[in-house]
Amino acid sequence: MCDFPFFSLVCTGEIFELKAELNSDKKEKKKEAVKKVIASMTVGKDVSALFPDVVNCMQTDNLELKKLVYLYLMNYAKSQPDMAIMAVNTFVKDCEDPNPLIRALAVRTMGCIRVDKITEYLCEPLRKCLKDEDPYVRKTAAVCVAKLHDINAQLVEDQGFLDTLKDLISDSNPMVVANAVAALSEIAESHPNSNLLDLNPQTINKLLTALNECTEWGQIFILDCLANYTPRDDRESQSICERVTPRLSHANSAVVLSAVKVLMKFMEMLPKDLDYYGTLLKKLAPPLVTLLSAEPELQYVALRNINLIVQRRPEILKHEMKVFFVKYNDPIYVKLEKLDIMIRLASQANIAQVLAELKEYATEVDVDFVRKAVRAIGRCAIKVEQSAERCVSTLLDLIQTKVNYVVQEAIVVIKDIFRKYPNKYESVIATLCENLDSLDEPEARAAMIWIVGEYAERIDNADELLESFLEGFHDESTQVQLQLLTAIVKLFLKKPTETQELVQQVLSLATQDSDNPDLRDRGYIYWRLLSTDPVAAKEVVLAEKPLISEETDLIEPTLLEELICHIGTLASVYHKPPSAFVEGSRGVQHKRLPGSAGSGESADSPDTGSAAGVSEAPPAVIPSQGDLLGDLLNLDLTPPTTSGPPPAPSSGMQMGAMDLLGGGLDSLVGLLHRTDTPQSPQLSHQSPSPPDYSPTEVGPGDHAGPVKARSPAMGAGFGAPPTAMPASFPPPVSGGLDDLFDLGGSVGMPMGAYSPPKSIWLPAMKAKGLEISGTFARRAGVIQMEMTLTNKAMSIMTDFAIQFNRNSFGLAPAGPLQVLTPVGPNQSIEVALPLSTVGPVMKMEPLTNLQVAVKNNIDVFYFSSQYPISMLFVEDGKMERQVFLATWKDIPNDNEAQFQIKDCHLNSDAASSKLQGSNVFTIAKRTVEGQDMLYQSMKLTNGIWVLAELRVQAGNPNYTVTCISKERCVHQGSSYRSNMLEF
Amino acid sequence: MIGGLFIYNHKGEVLISRVYRDDIGEAGLKAEQPIISRSVPKPVSCLKRNAVDAFRVNVIHARQQVRSPVTNIARTSFFHVKRSNIWLAAVTKQNVNATMVFEFLYKMCDVMSAYFGKISEENVKNNFVLIYELLDEILDFGYPQNSETGALKTFITQQGIKSQVPTKEEQSQITSQVTGQIGWRREGIKYRRNELFLDVLESVNLLMSPQGQVLSAHVSGRVVMKSYLSGMPECKFGMNDKIVIDKQGKGGGSEEAAKSGKQSIAIDDCTFHQCVRLSKFDSERSISFIPPDGDYELMRYRTTKDIILPFRVIPLVREVGRTKLEVKVVIKSNFKSSLLAQKIEVRIPTPLNTSGVQLICMKGKAKYKASENAIVWKIKRMAGMKESQISAEIELLPTNDKKKWARPPISMNFEVPFAPSGLKVRYLKVFEPKLNYSDHDVIKWVRYIGRSGIYETRC
Repeated sequence: MCDFPFFSLVCTGEIFELKAELNSDKKEKKKEAVKKVIASMTVGKDVSALFPDVVNCMQTDNLELKKLVYLYLMNYAKSQPDMAIMAVNTFVKDCEDPNPLIRALAVRTMGCIRVDKITEYLCEPLRKCLKDEDPYVRKTAAVCVAKLHDINAQLVEDQGFLDTLKDLISDSNPMVVANAVAALSEIAESHPNSNLLDLNPQTINKLLTALNECTEWGQIFILDCLANYTPRDDRESQSICERVTPRLSHANSAVVLSAVKVLMKFMEMLPKDLDYYGTLLKKLAPPLVTLLSAEPELQYVALRNINLIVQRRPEILKHEMKVFFVKYNDPIYVKLEKLDIMIRLASQANIAQVLAELKEYATEVDVDFVRKAVRAIGRCAIKVEQSAERCVSTLLDLIQTKVNYVVQEAIVVIKDIFRKYPNKYESVIATLCENLDSLDEPEARAAMIWIVGEYAERIDNADELLESFLEGFHDESTQVQLQLLTAIVKLFLKKPTETQELVQQVLSLATQDSDNPDLRDRGYIYWRLLSTDPVAAKEVVLAEKPLISEETDLIEPTLLEELICHIGTLASVYHKPPSAFVEGSRGVQHKRLPGSAGSGESADSPDTGSAAGVSEAPPAVIPSQGDLLGDLLNLDLTPPTTSGPPPAPSSGMQMGAMDLLGGGLDSLVGLLHRTDTPQSPQLSHQSPSPPDYSPTEVGPGDHAGPVKARSPAMGAGFGAPPTAMPASFPPPVSGGLDDLFDLGGSVGMPMGAYSPPKSIWLPAMKAKGLEISGTFARRAGVIQMEMTLTNKAMSIMTDFAIQFNRNSFGLAPAGPLQVLTPVGPNQSIEVALPLSTVGPVMKMEPLTNLQVAVKNNIDVFYFSSQYPISMLFVEDGKMERQVFLATWKDIPNDNEAQFQIKDCHLNSDAASSKLQGSNVFTIAKRTVEGQDMLYQSMKLTNGIWVLAELRVQAGNPNYTVTCISKERCVHQGSSYRSNMLEF
Repeated sequence: MIGGLFIYNHKGEVLISRVYRDDIGEAGLKAEQPIISRSVPKPVSCLKRNAVDAFRVNVIHARQQVRSPVTNIARTSFFHVKRSNIWLAAVTKQNVNATMVFEFLYKMCDVMSAYFGKISEENVKNNFVLIYELLDEILDFGYPQNSETGALKTFITQQGIKSQVPTKEEQSQITSQVTGQIGWRREGIKYRRNELFLDVLESVNLLMSPQGQVLSAHVSGRVVMKSYLSGMPECKFGMNDKIVIDKQGKGGGSEEAAKSGKQSIAIDDCTFHQCVRLSKFDSERSISFIPPDGDYELMRYRTTKDIILPFRVIPLVREVGRTKLEVKVVIKSNFKSSLLAQKIEVRIPTPLNTSGVQLICMKGKAKYKASENAIVWKIKRMAGMKESQISAEIELLPTNDKKKWARPPISMNFEVPFAPSGLKVRYLKVFEPKLNYSDHDVIKWVRYIGRSGIYETRC
C-alpha cells in the first residue's frame, strides 16, 4: 500500500501494534490507541488499514472516544465505503439517544461521511432531528441538510427537506434560524433560478428579529442573506436599514462589514434628498475607520472593501484621509492598499498633506511601495490641478536621488503630466534627459522616448537621443519599438531636413526586419502617409491628443456594482466577480444593485440601466488591465466580426506593395461611396466602435496597451481610412486616425448617417429653367448639401454661386460651389457642397429652415429648404454615463418633449445601431417588463446636448421617445421621426 | 464556506488538519504541485493533502515575503494568520465571507489560548485531540458555530467530556446555553463575594513630523472586565461620553451636567462585546448587558479629539560629513507632575553602516543594539512635567551605496496611569432582582492604563 518500501515497513509494524491495542479490553488503552491513530492520520500517515478495528470501538458510552472514532470515520469512510456501512447502525441508534449532545453529534458526523450509500440511511434520522425538541440538535440538523444536498441534491428535494428547512426560519431559537438561513443560502446558490429563499416582508421581519438575538456568526449569515433581498420600495428599504445600523457597533468586523454591505445596497433605493440618507452616510464612516485598528489581515480585507466603497460613494470617507496614512510597521499589503485609497481621496482640500506623506513614502525601503508612492504623486498632479506644480517639483527632487527605480517611475508619471497639462512643464525635459542612460525598464524607456518625440523641436539633440535607442532596436520590447517608431516619425515631421536618414532607418527596421505585425503595420502606414502626402501625415501624426482622464484604475462600473453586492467576501478582496475564481454553478449569478427610488420614472433610470446593461458597451472609463480581464469574463462578448472589406487592405499591406495598397484603397473608396445608407449597418462594423471591441478601450494607456489589444484597432483602422482619404484628410478625421495610430484608442466614425431622399427645392418654372433638387447629408463628419442642378432651359448656364441667409445653426458654405463646367440644355450636374457651422446665427421658424440664394449667369434665385436635424449631430456626441445621469437630472421637466413613432419593426438593438449611424449614441440600455429603454445622447454642432429616452416594446411597432435638452427644442421630434421612418 | 482548516508549524509540517468539504485540493492543485513531500501517502487522503502541500510550498516556504494574507492557488483560496511560529490556514473554493474567515481564525486562537495557554507547537501537539473536538464543535461544514469559551467549557474540557452521565436537566441546560440568546453565560453561577474589576486600557498612537506637528493621533481603547457576579445580573455601564452628557445637560440643565460636560469626550466610534444590546445603544446610547463570567472585553473605542499626548519627542539629527551623524533626542513628559510614567523606552534607529556609537544620557540607560540597528534608551520611571535628553555620536562606515538612508521614525514605548483619551468611568450598576444582593454590595475596582501604541516621531 505504501509507495516507499521503508515507509511500508514502518507502517506495518506500527499498524500491527495499534491493531492489538485497539482490540484491547481496557477502555483507557483503547482510547489511547485511537488517539495514536488520529495522530498518525494528521501527519499524513495512512492508517486506513485499521478501519474495522476502529469502527469496533464506536459502540461506547464514552463520549470522548466516540468523538475520536467519528473523526476517523469522517476521514476514511470515503475510501472504504463498504465498511462505512458498518457504522450506520450505531449512528441511527445514537440519533435516538436521550442525550441531545450525542444526538447532535451523530447527525453532524453522518453528514460528514460523504458516502453515497450512507445517505439513504441518513434520511430518517435527519428528518427526526430536524423536528427534535432540543434546539442544539435542530441547529445541527439544519446544517446537515446542506451537507446532504452537497452529496445528493435530488434526494434532498425528493425527501422534502427543503420545506422543513424553510420552516426552521420561523423557529423560536435564533441559532436554528441562523443555521437554516446559512444552509438555504448555500443550497439556493447552486439553484440560481429556484425561488428557494423566497424572501418576503414576513420572512425578512423574522430574520431581523433573530438578528438581535443570535451569535455573532449567525448575525453574519443573516446579514449576508438579507443583502440578497430587494425591498419593494424606499420605505421598506429605510426600515430595514434602521434595524441593521446598530450592527455597525459590533465587535466582530465581519458583522460590521456585512451590515455595511446591506446598507450600501439598500441605500441605492433611498431618495437622495431624504434626511435619513444623509444620516446613514454619516453613520457609515466611523465603523469603516474602526476596522483599520483591527489585526492586519482584517485591515487588508477592510481596505480592499473600502477601496470599492470609495469608488462608489466617495462622500462617505472624504474627510477621513488621515486614517489612511501609512504606518512604518504596517505589513506591506496594508501599506499598498492604503496608498491606493489615499490617491482616491486626494482632493484640493487635503493635497498638501497627502503630498508630504507621499514624499516621505518615496524614501522607504520596499521597492513596490516606493514605486507606487512615486506613481501616486503623478496621479495627484493629474487629479488636482492646483497641486501639479508642487508634484512636478517633488518628482524632480526624487529624480535627483538617482535611485534607479524611483527615476524610472518618475519619468513614467511625468509623461502623463505632460499629457494632462501640455506646454506647461516642459522646462524639466533637460533634467529628464540626463537620466536617459539609467532607464532599463520598457515602460520608462517608452515614456522617455515619447517625451523626446513629442517635444523634439525643443530638444536640440533629439535626433541623437533617438538614434542611440535605435541601435538596439531589435532587443527592445514591442512597447519601446512602437514608441520609437512614432517618435522618430514625429521628429522627422518637425525637423525634416536633418532626420531623413533616421526615419528611413526606423521604417525599414519596422517593416522589413520585424516579425511583429503591429509594428510592421504601423510602419507601413507611416511610410505610406509620408510618401503620399506629408501634409496629411503631419496632421495625422502631430494632431492634438485628447486629454487623459483624471481617475485611473477605476473599476468598471458594472463590475463595481456587482462587487458592492459582494462586500466582505473573497470577490471584494480579489476585486473580481465570483465567477472568475469559483468553479461550477456556484456564484455564477451576477448580483446587481437595486434600482433607485421610483425606477419607473425616468429621472434616475440611466443609473440602473447601467446595471442591467450586460450587452451594453463598456463606458468610457478606462479600466486597468486586470479589471478589464474581469470585465471580459463578465461580458458575453460575441467574437468581433471583421467581415467586409478590412482583411483585403491589410493583406495588401503585408505584401508591402505600395501601389497595390493604393489601388486597394481607391477601389474601396469607390465601393464605399457607392454604397447607400440603407446598407450602412453592415459597414459600420468597420468603424472601431467601442461596443464590439472592448480591447480597443485600452486607449490612452498610451502605447502601454497589450499587443493583442491593439491589433483589432489597427485592423479596424484600415476599414475606416478609405472614406476619409480622398478628402485629403479633413481635420476631424485625422484626429481620429491619429488616435488609431498613436494611441490604439478609438474614435468611432459612423458612416451610415441618415440622409433623406432628394426633393425638388427649386422648380424650373420659378427659376428660368434651372431646377434644383437636393438633400443634406453628413458624410465622414462633414455636413454636405448635395444638389442636382438641371438645366431645363434652352441656353447654357455657367457662373454658379451660392449664398445662405442667416440661420439657426450658423450653416454656411465652406467653399464655393464647384460647378466648373457649364451646364448645357437638358443636362444635369451633381454637386456636393460642404457646409460649415460657423456662419452668422439667427433663429428661424421652423428651426431647421434654410434660405438659400443661387446665382448663375442668368439671374439670382431664392428658395428655402429644411434640413434634417440629424445631420447636425456630431461624432463626439457620446456622453459619459455619469455625466449623462447628472445632466438628465439637471434638466427641468418642462424642457421635455414626448412623442410616438409609429410602425417601426426593429428591435431595440437594431434601432440603437441604426441610430448610432446618425450619431445618436446609446449610453445605456435597460429592460423593464419587456420594454427596452434606450438612453441616448447626441450633440449638436453648436454644442447643445440632447438627451433622449427611447422605449421599444417587443411586438409593438410604436416607439415612445422622450427628449430633453437644456435648451428647449421641440423640433427634436421631427428629426427622430424622420430617422426612424427610414427603417 | 470554509472547506478545511490546517495548523502548521514553522517548518510547514501539518499539526492539525480538518477537512470539511471535498472540493478543496482537487485536480488543479495536483497538476500544479510536483511531488513535494514523501510522506504523501495513498489516494486515500491525497485530495486534501494537495491543498495542504500547496499552502506549504507557496506560502510557508515561499522565497519572498508574503504579499497578502489571502492567496489564491489554482482557484483555491488560502487565508492565513500566524501566531508566533504557528500558521493557521483556512482553505476554501467558494466565494466566502473573507472577513468572517479571518475573524474565525482569530477566534479559534482565542479559544485555544483559553484552553491551553500559549499557542506553540508543543501545546498544539499535546492537545490535538482537544483541538479536533473544538473544531468539530465550533465549525460545522465550514460554518462557524458558537465559539464562546464560557459556553464551550461547559461540555468540552481538557479532562475529556465533563460529566460522564449528566442529568437530563444539565444536558438541556448545556444545549440551551450553547444555542440560546445568552450564549455567553450559564445559569446558576454563585459567588460568596460579588466582585467586579474594570480596566480601561488605552493605547495612544501618534505620528509626528520632525517639526513637532501632529500628523495623526488617535487613541484606541478597550474596556476589559473581570466579573465575579452571582446569578444573571443586568449591568449598566456609563462613561463621560459627550453625546450622553450633552443630552442630559439639555434635559436637566443642572449644574452637575454642565460641570461634567467639560470633561466629556467625543468618541469617534465604538464596538461592543456581543453581550451588549446594540439596538438599545443605537437608540438611547446606553450600554446595558448581562456580563459573561470571568474575563472579557466589554467594548473597544476610538477617539481622535483632545488627546493628551503623554510624551513629546524632539529629535535633532545632524550629518557631519559622510562618516558621522550627531543625534540629540529630548523627551518631555506632558502630564500631572504627581503621576509617574513607567517602562519608558525610546528607540532611535541608526543607519545600516553604523560602525560605532557614543552615548550620553541624563537619565536611564542607553545602549546601541547593532542587531536591531537602533539605540535603545530605557528609563524606568519618569514623573510628569519633566524632560530628559540623550545625545549620540554615530560613526559610519563609508559606503558607495547611492541610496540614502531612509531615516525610519523614532518610536517610543511607555505606560501611564491615566487614560490619554480623557475617558472616565461614571458608573457601573449591577441589578440582580432574583438574588438578594444589590448594587451596593458589589465590590468594584476601576483602573486606568495608558500605553503607547505606535508612537512615532519622524526625524
